[in-house]
Amino acid sequence: MSLLVEINDIYIDGRSDETWSPIIKGISLELKKGEVLGLIGESGAGKSTLGLAAMGFTRDGVRISGGSVKFDGIDLLSASAAQKRSLLGKRIAYVAQSAAASFNPAHKLIDQHTEGPVQHGVMSKAESAEDGIELYRRLRLPNPEEIGFRYPHQVSGGQLQRAMTAMAMACRPDLIIFDEPTTALDVTTQIEVLASIRDIVEQFDTAAIYITHDLAVVAQMADKIKVLLKGDEVEEADTRTMLSAPKEDYTKSLWAVRAFERPQKPAVHTSATPVVSVQNVSAAYGKVRVLHDVSFDIHEGRTVAVVGESGSGKSTTARCITGLLPPTEGVIQFDGQSLPANYKKRNKDQLRQAQMIYQMADTALNPRTKIGDIIGRPVQFYMGLTGKAKRRRVEELLEEIELPASQYIDRLPSELSGGQKQRIGIARALAAEPKFIICDEVTSALDQLVAEGILKLLARLQDSLKLSYMFITHDLATVKAIADEVVVMKEGKVVEQGPKHDMFVPPHHPYTDLLLSSVPEMDPDWLTNLLNERGVDNIGDAAVDKMS
Amino acid sequence: MQSVISIILQRLALGLLTLFVVSVVIFTAVNMLPGDFAQAILGQGATPEAVEAIRKDLGLDQPPITRYFQWLGNAIQGDLGNSFAQANFASFAGADTGVSTTVAQQIAPRFANTMFLAAVTACIAVPFSITLGILAALYRNSVFDRATNVTTLTSISSPEFFLAYVLILFLAVLNPMLPSLSNIFDGMSFGERLEKTLLPALTLTLVVTAHMMRMTRAAIINLLASPYIEMARLKGMSPMRVIVKHALPNALAPIINVIALNLAYLITGVVVVEVVFVYPGIGQLFVDSVKIRDIPVVQACCLIFAAAYILLNLLADILSILSNPRLRHPK
Amino acid sequence: MSTIVTLILLLVAIAGGGWVLRFAGQQATGNAPVFRDMPFAVAFGYVLGAALLLFSIWYFFQPTVTDAGVPNAGVVFFRWAVQFFLMSALAAYLFRLLGRNLGTAGSKKLFRQMPLTASFGVLIILIYAITAIFAAWLAPFGQEEIFARVNVLPGGNEATGGDPMHPLGTDQIGRDLLSRLIYGAQNTVGIAFVTTCLAFFLGGTLGFLAATLQGWLDQVLSRAVDVLMAIPSLIFALLLMTIASAWAGSERWLLTVYMIVIIAVIDSTRVFRLARAVGLNIVVMDYIEAAKLRGEGLGYLIFKEILPNATAPLLAEFGLRFCFVFLTIASLSFLGVGIQPPLADWGTMVRDSSQFINFAAFSPLTAALPLLAAGAIALLTVGVNFVVDWMLHKSSGLKE
Repeated sequence: MSLLVEINDIYIDGRSDETWSPIIKGISLELKKGEVLGLIGESGAGKSTLGLAAMGFTRDGVRISGGSVKFDGIDLLSASAAQKRSLLGKRIAYVAQSAAASFNPAHKLIDQHTEGPVQHGVMSKAESAEDGIELYRRLRLPNPEEIGFRYPHQVSGGQLQRAMTAMAMACRPDLIIFDEPTTALDVTTQIEVLASIRDIVEQFDTAAIYITHDLAVVAQMADKIKVLLKGDEVEEADTRTMLSAPKEDYTKSLWAVRAFERPQKPAVHTSATPVVSVQNVSAAYGKVRVLHDVSFDIHEGRTVAVVGESGSGKSTTARCITGLLPPTEGVIQFDGQSLPANYKKRNKDQLRQAQMIYQMADTALNPRTKIGDIIGRPVQFYMGLTGKAKRRRVEELLEEIELPASQYIDRLPSELSGGQKQRIGIARALAAEPKFIICDEVTSALDQLVAEGILKLLARLQDSLKLSYMFITHDLATVKAIADEVVVMKEGKVVEQGPKHDMFVPPHHPYTDLLLSSVPEMDPDWLTNLLNERGVDNIGDAAVDKMS
Repeated sequence: MQSVISIILQRLALGLLTLFVVSVVIFTAVNMLPGDFAQAILGQGATPEAVEAIRKDLGLDQPPITRYFQWLGNAIQGDLGNSFAQANFASFAGADTGVSTTVAQQIAPRFANTMFLAAVTACIAVPFSITLGILAALYRNSVFDRATNVTTLTSISSPEFFLAYVLILFLAVLNPMLPSLSNIFDGMSFGERLEKTLLPALTLTLVVTAHMMRMTRAAIINLLASPYIEMARLKGMSPMRVIVKHALPNALAPIINVIALNLAYLITGVVVVEVVFVYPGIGQLFVDSVKIRDIPVVQACCLIFAAAYILLNLLADILSILSNPRLRHPK
Repeated sequence: MSTIVTLILLLVAIAGGGWVLRFAGQQATGNAPVFRDMPFAVAFGYVLGAALLLFSIWYFFQPTVTDAGVPNAGVVFFRWAVQFFLMSALAAYLFRLLGRNLGTAGSKKLFRQMPLTASFGVLIILIYAITAIFAAWLAPFGQEEIFARVNVLPGGNEATGGDPMHPLGTDQIGRDLLSRLIYGAQNTVGIAFVTTCLAFFLGGTLGFLAATLQGWLDQVLSRAVDVLMAIPSLIFALLLMTIASAWAGSERWLLTVYMIVIIAVIDSTRVFRLARAVGLNIVVMDYIEAAKLRGEGLGYLIFKEILPNATAPLLAEFGLRFCFVFLTIASLSFLGVGIQPPLADWGTMVRDSSQFINFAAFSPLTAALPLLAAGAIALLTVGVNFVVDWMLHKSSGLKE
């Protein structure tokens, strides 16, 4: 079989502050007709840049400085603008990460769908529209005859992502670049999109480059996988080999992350007073009720993971506990004592006992304050330490989070990496010497390796300081890794709660079941098996509708 | 569609409310004058009888709230009161000439002149600056873009009278193509009027174009960075089609906004430019009245300027609501 | 009419030139991508630019005096403008070179990233600041000193009606214009600076308070600002100045004080809007929430957490506001209701000398006077705007 895409030793630079620095450093890539290549790497690895370069396209402020890109024998780098235009959309198509932003808000979906075929002279408008409806049907969009006549903002995210795949298919291209098409979606929605993309690519024997940072996702989609790290290729192999026997250390470490799991702790005495007790809490934003009768306990030295998709009320529960959003009903107890509902009414000691670590370390640290002052402020504020005593305590805390004090104490947050910033956030919480810490999606903005480091640090601190954690997350792998008890939330209600090992063993509440089964696993046959299990017709919106 | 109408009605109501409050502010400000109008216009040497007469004539013996509603009620019906300048003159002459100029009589023809100036300016400035803005956005970071950037920045930074004198120097004095004084009177032909208006209009164009062009450029660049434009290019659409079909429909709202905001900005510019060219518009009347403290005229001009300003901002708001597909096609 | 026809013909010629340029380029370079993918509009632009450049050079070298002995004023002004432009570019370049090699590591780095326009701006601001501060030492005479010779022409050449004692001449009552120009820097710039500081103090404080406390205070302040901003600022200033002039009576210095307060209040509404918006963006940050949950007071929140993060946009806004205030004051003075005589002030100088512009055709030097005062105003705002533009570009991180 002949080669469809051939990228040879390509170098790509990006401009920042008038200087060019390399993004891709000499990567080669080959793709046969009908083959699916998974490009995987952490953020900043250059996956998207490489994907676009395969189309002969660079964004503003990016340039290809060396190497060659050939598509079906045509040299894309020396082709004229007109020649490239005749290939783009017709033989090479692109599916963007955010379909909501990538559809033009001013035109109906079907008009955007037919634009490519009509302009490239492949089909008439009517033929293409008819074909579009057929594609919508194959992609299992609800109301395929009618959905195309809506505007993008009238259609949900998961459906838009499928409509975009349909649009990419409109001219029956030889190659489609998928740029993180499911990253912005919830797990239950992701599954439908993954299944439909995989089906349609198979049906039309289209070659594809599938870009993602999620190993489990790429395992379902790709025939072969290429791992990138900071613009360099780490290794490439076919999917099964890559999963079972990775060669390079970096790849192995990526795979190993999933192995971290704390043993389940024995059950607590029912008579013990919980550190934090959420009792029948309801809350509302204005008139909209967002929490309904939520109750759970957090005991000393244990981690309660609160799980749910976006909008399930996880973070709102945290806001109720901290007193930022006074509940309309119910109380929060701390060590058996009721806390005032509003944080402004709580005393200094009550505030000190409950600390918080945030998802985005970038916004959680004041960019104009030195690390020493960020950690030093609670030391001074709560403990009354000043001068040398304060500095010594800050140094201790920095050692505690495994950052050498002398090096970091005078730096600004912008001079730190994402993982280091998150550690500073932890140190700031520890500085108050609290009993209880709320961790709000603390690892979801981090790359997997870094995230694991943070999880291990939190586990160690919990054991040595007898801390209690409320761990908010949407990622079940994280739950497996760190939780003792699990609370599953949906639409502001607690759906199910119990010890971790119970949660991962059936039978469950149907929603927990859907949530658990939707998390992709590293097994390349996982998606196929799951679809067989659920029955193809049962997947997608139907499944969700049944639940609610 | 229902929601759009209700949003627009809301904005209209809000605009009216703002105008009402603004009129209160203007009225209150004028009432902060020391003593009262009568004393202020006649000066220290006036006889008590003369002061009393004017006070009665103007209704100054009434409480402020009553006077405010009288003033507002009259203003809505087009009666803006009598000009002090005339009253002053009459009392100095010692006789009632029977010819008392009302504010409305003074303002009406000048208002028309100013509207003519603004219209000529808009006709030149709007197409010119929007074309320039779009070109600068398309060829951003090119020599052309940088040159326009520096030029417009310079033009924005210059006081209106500087631009006016530079234009007079080159277009009226050194190359006598256009008159440097805009003496406009009734019964002029349209061509003559246009010729006399051209130089002030060009000055205003310079000022407004700079703002409008920069705002258009920013709006278009912002738009061209959106993922759907990248998507259109990745679908292999020609540059022309990307602009016309994908960028323009979405650029309409920001561009309309830019135009309306800059027409509102014209209002401020008009004052200085009319003075430089001795253009008989409302701006010049305003400045003259300020100098001789002809309070009713100042008050009336201020209200007209504010009303125009509020109206244009309102228009910008409403048009951008109408051009937003999200609001036109609700879920 | 013939001018229009000539213009159209020229444009057609240039369009033809553009086509030829592209075609010749394609042939000569063997269809290199630069020429192959060049849109026609771009080729047209190149030819148009080249034509303008050539014309400028040709015009620059025209004689300054016609055969009949009359000065060719157009060429004179054009030469002045070009010379001024080139000199400023050179000065800015040298200044940047100096900055790159002198000073601390931080300032050197700053100058290394600086475009020429920004270094020009910094240079202008420095020159104005020095002139304003040391006006009393720099000016040859006092601003109110009156000399016997009135209406001396600028140039300092006795033969052309000048006087070496007064390089820029004297005004209609015999005051030295160079001195008044230098004192004008002190008065106009100084007053504008004080006004801007006051506007920032007012608007900034209230804006941050509104952003931090929110609730009814924010509502009340924001609605009040909405109303004040619904009146065009120059119009509102003129209205209030009318009233202020009645209050001030014959005390002219009091009128200047009133003007400072009036413009400061009107401008503080714009500062309020910005400070509130910047504040609101910062207040939603998690570090503010962390500080609130720690139990920190209002003072700590505003001064330690919000203010340090708002300095960049506020500094840029200070530059823009200063320009705006400066132009407003100049306009008011030009209209005759701003800074009051006998204080020297540029706006007033322009108004007083504006009729000289009509002598441009015979005596370019005379006509230069109103342009000089107006140009002095424009130059500072241009400088400040160049610097602000660069700051905004830098902080937005837009690489476009």
